[in-house]
Amino acid sequence: MWLSSLHRITGLLLSLGAVALAVWLIALASGAESFSAVSRVYGAGWFKLLLVGWTFCFFYHLANGVRHLAWDGGYGFDPAHIRVTGRIVIVVAVLATAAFSYAAIF
Amino acid sequence: MSLMTPLNRVLGLGTAKGAGEHWWLQRMTAVALLPLGLWLAYQLLTLGSFSYASVVAWVREPATSILLILLVVAVGYHSVLGVQVVIEDYVTGKGTRAATLMASTLAHVGLTIAAVFAVLKIAFGS
Repeated sequence: MWLSSLHRITGLLLSLGAVALAVWLIALASGAESFSAVSRVYGAGWFKLLLVGWTFCFFYHLANGVRHLAWDGGYGFDPAHIRVTGRIVIVVAVLATAAFSYAAIF
Repeated sequence: MSLMTPLNRVLGLGTAKGAGEHWWLQRMTAVALLPLGLWLAYQLLTLGSFSYASVVAWVREPATSILLILLVVAVGYHSVLGVQVVIEDYVTGKGTRAATLMASTLAHVGLTIAAVFAVLKIAFGS
Protein backbone atom coordinates (compact mmCIF):
# COMPACT_ATOMS: atom_id res chain seq x y z
CA MET A 1 0.00 0.00 0.00
CA TRP A 2 2.69 2.50 1.00
CA LEU A 3 4.65 1.72 -2.18
CA SER A 4 1.70 3.17 -4.06
CA SER A 5 1.86 6.39 -2.04
CA LEU A 6 5.60 6.44 -2.64
CA HIS A 7 4.94 6.31 -6.39
CA ARG A 8 2.88 9.47 -6.11
CA ILE A 9 5.34 11.23 -3.78
CA THR A 10 8.37 10.40 -5.94
CA GLY A 11 6.41 11.53 -9.00
CA LEU A 12 5.71 14.91 -7.43
CA LEU A 13 9.34 15.30 -6.36
CA LEU A 14 10.46 14.38 -9.88
CA SER A 15 8.29 17.21 -11.22
CA LEU A 16 10.48 19.53 -9.10
CA GLY A 17 13.57 17.73 -10.41
CA ALA A 18 12.34 18.44 -13.93
CA VAL A 19 12.35 22.15 -13.02
CA ALA A 20 16.01 21.77 -12.01
CA LEU A 21 16.73 20.08 -15.36
CA ALA A 22 14.95 22.88 -17.25
CA VAL A 23 16.87 25.54 -15.30
CA TRP A 24 20.14 23.72 -16.12
CA LEU A 25 19.34 23.67 -19.87
CA ILE A 26 18.16 27.31 -19.90
CA ALA A 27 21.32 28.40 -18.06
CA LEU A 28 23.42 26.47 -20.57
CA ALA A 29 21.67 28.21 -23.47
CA SER A 30 22.17 31.59 -21.79
CA GLY A 31 25.96 31.32 -21.90
CA ALA A 32 29.05 30.39 -19.92
CA GLU A 33 28.47 32.89 -17.10
CA SER A 34 24.93 31.81 -16.19
CA PHE A 35 25.91 28.16 -16.58
CA SER A 36 28.78 28.50 -14.13
CA ALA A 37 26.46 30.30 -11.68
CA VAL A 38 23.98 27.40 -11.84
CA SER A 39 26.82 24.86 -11.73
CA ARG A 40 28.06 26.42 -8.49
CA VAL A 41 24.65 25.89 -6.88
CA TYR A 42 24.23 22.38 -8.34
CA GLY A 43 27.71 21.42 -7.16
CA ALA A 44 27.12 22.52 -3.56
CA GLY A 45 26.93 19.87 -0.83
CA TRP A 46 23.28 20.46 0.06
CA PHE A 47 22.28 20.32 -3.59
CA LYS A 48 24.14 17.03 -4.07
CA LEU A 49 21.92 15.58 -1.35
CA LEU A 50 18.93 16.78 -3.39
CA LEU A 51 20.41 15.13 -6.48
CA VAL A 52 20.77 11.83 -4.60
CA GLY A 53 17.13 12.17 -3.51
CA TRP A 54 15.99 12.84 -7.08
CA THR A 55 18.09 9.89 -8.26
CA PHE A 56 16.22 7.61 -5.87
CA CYS A 57 12.87 9.11 -6.94
CA PHE A 58 13.84 8.55 -10.58
CA PHE A 59 14.84 4.89 -10.24
CA TYR A 60 11.99 4.06 -7.88
CA HIS A 61 9.34 5.76 -10.05
CA LEU A 62 10.78 4.11 -13.17
CA ALA A 63 10.94 0.59 -11.71
CA ASN A 64 7.57 0.88 -10.00
CA GLY A 65 6.18 2.41 -13.19
CA VAL A 66 7.08 -0.78 -15.05
CA ARG A 67 5.18 -2.65 -12.34
CA HIS A 68 2.15 -0.41 -12.85
CA LEU A 69 2.29 -0.88 -16.63
CA ALA A 70 2.40 -4.65 -16.13
CA TRP A 71 -0.68 -4.42 -13.90
CA ASP A 72 -2.43 -2.35 -16.59
CA GLY A 73 -1.69 -5.19 -18.99
CA GLY A 74 -3.20 -7.67 -16.55
CA TYR A 75 0.07 -9.20 -15.32
CA GLY A 76 1.24 -9.72 -11.77
CA PHE A 77 -1.84 -8.34 -10.06
CA ASP A 78 -2.21 -10.96 -7.36
CA PRO A 79 -1.04 -10.72 -3.73
CA ALA A 80 1.95 -13.06 -4.11
CA HIS A 81 3.35 -11.29 -7.18
CA ILE A 82 2.61 -7.86 -5.77
CA ARG A 83 4.70 -8.63 -2.69
CA VAL A 84 7.66 -10.04 -4.60
CA THR A 85 7.76 -7.37 -7.32
CA GLY A 86 7.38 -4.66 -4.66
CA ARG A 87 10.53 -5.92 -2.95
CA ILE A 88 12.38 -6.15 -6.26
CA VAL A 89 11.48 -2.54 -7.06
CA ILE A 90 12.83 -1.32 -3.69
CA VAL A 91 16.09 -3.28 -4.06
CA VAL A 92 16.60 -2.12 -7.67
CA ALA A 93 15.92 1.51 -6.74
CA VAL A 94 18.31 1.48 -3.76
CA LEU A 95 21.13 -0.26 -5.67
CA ALA A 96 20.75 1.94 -8.77
CA THR A 97 20.69 5.06 -6.59
CA ALA A 98 23.86 3.99 -4.77
CA ALA A 99 25.67 3.16 -8.02
CA PHE A 100 24.60 6.34 -9.84
CA SER A 101 25.34 8.59 -6.87
CA TYR A 102 28.79 7.06 -6.45
CA ALA A 103 29.66 7.32 -10.15
CA ALA A 104 28.05 10.59 -11.24
CA ILE A 105 27.30 12.81 -8.26
CA PHE A 106 30.20 12.42 -5.81
CA MET B 1 -32.72 20.98 -32.78
CA SER B 2 -29.17 19.78 -32.66
CA LEU B 3 -27.61 17.71 -35.39
CA MET B 4 -25.23 16.12 -32.89
CA THR B 5 -25.89 12.54 -31.91
CA PRO B 6 -26.70 11.96 -28.23
CA LEU B 7 -23.37 10.19 -27.82
CA ASN B 8 -21.43 13.12 -29.24
CA ARG B 9 -23.33 15.52 -26.98
CA VAL B 10 -22.28 13.74 -23.80
CA LEU B 11 -18.75 12.66 -24.74
CA GLY B 12 -16.38 14.35 -22.36
CA LEU B 13 -19.20 15.93 -20.36
CA GLY B 14 -19.93 13.14 -17.89
CA THR B 15 -18.21 12.67 -14.54
CA ALA B 16 -15.27 11.04 -16.31
CA LYS B 17 -14.71 14.08 -18.57
CA GLY B 18 -11.58 13.34 -20.62
CA ALA B 19 -10.45 10.55 -18.31
CA GLY B 20 -9.93 8.04 -21.12
CA GLU B 21 -7.45 10.22 -23.00
CA HIS B 22 -5.83 11.26 -19.73
CA TRP B 23 -5.27 7.63 -18.75
CA TRP B 24 -3.91 6.72 -22.16
CA LEU B 25 -1.57 9.72 -22.48
CA GLN B 26 -0.19 9.04 -18.99
CA ARG B 27 0.71 5.48 -20.03
CA MET B 28 2.01 6.48 -23.46
CA THR B 29 4.38 9.10 -22.00
CA ALA B 30 5.40 6.58 -19.31
CA VAL B 31 6.40 4.07 -22.00
CA ALA B 32 8.31 6.79 -23.88
CA LEU B 33 10.10 7.87 -20.70
CA LEU B 34 11.41 4.39 -19.92
CA PRO B 35 14.10 4.44 -22.65
CA LEU B 36 14.47 8.25 -22.63
CA GLY B 37 15.01 8.38 -18.85
CA LEU B 38 17.53 5.53 -18.89
CA TRP B 39 19.27 7.20 -21.84
CA LEU B 40 19.66 10.48 -19.92
CA ALA B 41 20.93 8.65 -16.82
CA TYR B 42 23.50 6.80 -18.95
CA GLN B 43 24.57 10.01 -20.71
CA LEU B 44 25.06 11.89 -17.42
CA LEU B 45 27.03 8.89 -16.15
CA THR B 46 29.40 8.84 -19.14
CA LEU B 47 29.65 12.59 -19.80
CA GLY B 48 32.78 12.78 -17.68
CA SER B 49 33.09 16.55 -17.44
CA PHE B 50 30.28 18.97 -16.60
CA SER B 51 32.22 22.01 -17.82
CA TYR B 52 30.38 24.53 -20.02
CA ALA B 53 32.31 23.50 -23.16
CA SER B 54 31.77 19.77 -22.78
CA VAL B 55 28.07 20.04 -21.89
CA VAL B 56 27.46 22.37 -24.87
CA ALA B 57 29.34 19.96 -27.15
CA TRP B 58 27.20 17.11 -25.84
CA VAL B 59 23.87 18.94 -26.29
CA ARG B 60 24.93 20.00 -29.80
CA GLU B 61 25.26 16.44 -31.09
CA PRO B 62 22.13 15.90 -33.23
CA ALA B 63 21.18 12.65 -31.45
CA THR B 64 21.45 14.39 -28.07
CA SER B 65 19.42 17.42 -29.19
CA ILE B 66 16.63 15.27 -30.59
CA LEU B 67 16.45 12.88 -27.64
CA LEU B 68 16.63 15.75 -25.15
CA ILE B 69 13.69 17.50 -26.83
CA LEU B 70 11.69 14.26 -26.87
CA LEU B 71 12.53 13.73 -23.21
CA VAL B 72 11.61 17.29 -22.19
CA VAL B 73 8.25 17.11 -24.00
CA ALA B 74 7.43 13.65 -22.59
CA VAL B 75 8.41 14.77 -19.08
CA GLY B 76 6.28 17.91 -19.38
CA TYR B 77 3.26 15.91 -20.51
CA HIS B 78 3.72 13.10 -17.98
CA SER B 79 4.26 15.58 -15.16
CA VAL B 80 1.29 17.84 -15.93
CA LEU B 81 -1.01 14.79 -16.03
CA GLY B 82 0.39 13.36 -12.79
CA VAL B 83 0.22 16.66 -10.94
CA GLN B 84 -3.35 17.10 -12.21
CA VAL B 85 -4.39 13.81 -10.56
CA VAL B 86 -2.85 14.89 -7.25
CA ILE B 87 -4.53 18.31 -7.41
CA GLU B 88 -7.90 16.72 -8.19
CA ASP B 89 -7.47 14.36 -5.23
CA TYR B 90 -6.35 16.83 -2.58
CA VAL B 91 -7.36 20.38 -3.56
CA THR B 92 -10.97 20.96 -2.59
CA GLY B 93 -13.20 23.83 -3.61
CA LYS B 94 -14.12 24.41 -7.22
CA GLY B 95 -12.42 27.79 -7.60
CA THR B 96 -9.22 26.88 -5.74
CA ARG B 97 -8.96 23.65 -7.70
CA ALA B 98 -9.47 25.38 -11.05
CA ALA B 99 -6.88 28.02 -10.15
CA THR B 100 -4.35 25.41 -9.00
CA LEU B 101 -4.86 23.35 -12.15
CA MET B 102 -4.41 26.46 -14.28
CA ALA B 103 -1.24 27.47 -12.45
CA SER B 104 0.18 23.95 -12.85
CA THR B 105 -0.63 23.82 -16.57
CA LEU B 106 0.82 27.29 -17.24
CA ALA B 107 4.01 26.44 -15.33
CA HIS B 108 4.38 23.13 -17.18
CA VAL B 109 3.79 24.61 -20.64
CA GLY B 110 6.08 27.57 -19.92
CA LEU B 111 8.99 25.50 -18.61
CA THR B 112 8.64 22.84 -21.32
CA ILE B 113 8.70 25.41 -24.12
CA ALA B 114 11.61 27.24 -22.47
CA ALA B 115 13.62 24.01 -22.15
CA VAL B 116 12.92 22.99 -25.77
CA PHE B 117 13.94 26.47 -26.91
CA ALA B 118 17.13 26.21 -24.85
CA VAL B 119 18.12 22.93 -26.53
CA LEU B 120 17.36 24.34 -30.00
CA LYS B 121 19.34 27.51 -29.29
CA ILE B 122 22.38 25.46 -28.26
CA ALA B 123 21.95 23.07 -31.20
CA PHE B 124 21.69 25.82 -33.82
CA GLY B 125 23.79 28.46 -32.05
CA SER B 126 27.13 29.57 -33.46
